[in-house]
Amino acid sequence: MIGVVGTVPDQDFPLVTGETRLKDDSIYIQGKQILVNRGTPALLAAAIKTAQVLDQGAPFGYLVGDVGLGHGSRRLYEYLSGHLGKRDFNTIVFHYLQPDVDWHNRVLFAIEEMERRPVLIADAGFMYAAKMSGQSPKYDLFTPDIGELAFLADEEAPHPFYTRGFILHEKNRAPELIARAYTHKNAARCLLVKGKQDYVADREGIQATINSPLEEAMEAIGGTGDTLTGIVTALIGTGMEVARAATIAARVNRVAGFYAKPTPATQVMDIIQQIPTAFAKVLGENEEGELWEKQS
Amino acid sequence: MSFLGFLKSRKKKHKTSSDPGRGILGFEHTSEVIKAENVLKKAGWDIRVMGPPPEIRSGCDLVIEIPLIQELNILRTLENVGTPPMKVVPVSSPLLQPVDLFQNKDFGKYLMIRAANMKLTVEKETGTIVNISGGGCPDVPYLASKMVGMSLNEAPSPREIGHTLCGYALQLAYEEMRRR
Repeated sequence: MIGVVGTVPDQDFPLVTGETRLKDDSIYIQGKQILVNRGTPALLAAAIKTAQVLDQGAPFGYLVGDVGLGHGSRRLYEYLSGHLGKRDFNTIVFHYLQPDVDWHNRVLFAIEEMERRPVLIADAGFMYAAKMSGQSPKYDLFTPDIGELAFLADEEAPHPFYTRGFILHEKNRAPELIARAYTHKNAARCLLVKGKQDYVADREGIQATINSPLEEAMEAIGGTGDTLTGIVTALIGTGMEVARAATIAARVNRVAGFYAKPTPATQVMDIIQQIPTAFAKVLGENEEGELWEKQS
Repeated sequence: MSFLGFLKSRKKKHKTSSDPGRGILGFEHTSEVIKAENVLKKAGWDIRVMGPPPEIRSGCDLVIEIPLIQELNILRTLENVGTPPMKVVPVSSPLLQPVDLFQNKDFGKYLMIRAANMKLTVEKETGTIVNISGGGCPDVPYLASKMVGMSLNEAPSPREIGHTLCGYALQLAYEEMRRR
């Protein structure tokens, strides 16, 4: 079973845990309904859709309301540090939480108490906390966008907005930034860098580049990075090797975007609905040569 | 040292980012920093919002850099509005420099403006905000839920309802979009 940890943009939303369900454009968990637009609900919706395609069980969610003040995040950190050690997941993804190094470390301690160590994935605010704590190598996968990659690569920066000298729209510095993130031990075992080109990389360098189909409008649509993280989480939950799952997920997310015929005004649920069709297309392709290019 | 030499050495010191004449105000919540920034800028102080230096970093926070010589007056101003800082730290090591450049992407019917890691997209004809993307702080989905679907004139500004650096970056994109 996979676990999904994150927040929803509603200050009054209580801390809930349980199996998740997707119906129409809403997530249901512990009797609560959450509209999917972006953030962790979008990640969950994509993970649920993917799990359905792969005939896997629904993700187990840990969600709390947080509008950015961090109160909900801290309650969830506290809950996790007290409860996670007794749970059994093969994969856990941590997502939109207010970065807090101390609480992050306590959650890691709880994970070390688990009987079976799960595959650990971090994105968004929790990835920031992981990097800031200096414990990035304990994670199996980070899923940064190019700005967040610059943040990982800067051994001093506390936040993507304050990276030193890394101008976000400079052309294709991803290979250099990936190398620097690994040099300073600020990367997970594997990186899935989301952007105009998606990269799958590890300490040895870039292992795959995924750049088609390219839909320019996807950059404007909120939540498309969240859906990619959701898809890769569900794939890893099947036991698939991390880099391979990342490569397939990047391709599926792009094909789902293509099938949604997106404009900059498209909402992410329209893309999530296309995930089953995208999987059918991608799994029908030749896995050896046509899906992605391995860099020499 | 001659008086001229003293002046030269002072001038040189003031050019460095580790200038001992500057200080940092640290706050409990980023939202307090944004409020303090508004108050201090309105009062005409020479301040700027920065990322915290490594020795006092604590998550998604902001700090305000101030002229240390005005510390007491600035603290008094903030106390008067109920937003005193948690701590004042003299700048003793190089500060990180914020990235503050914009990138625009014209989709024909839509315009996207990116500020740092945040992207705001608007339908040109109506001024309606159609999408917000980027950023990993927990206020981004909240900001999007409050702003998407509204016109630029009606939507709350990220400065009013945001709490993190992602919200602050979105504010820059929002101001740039309104300026156009």
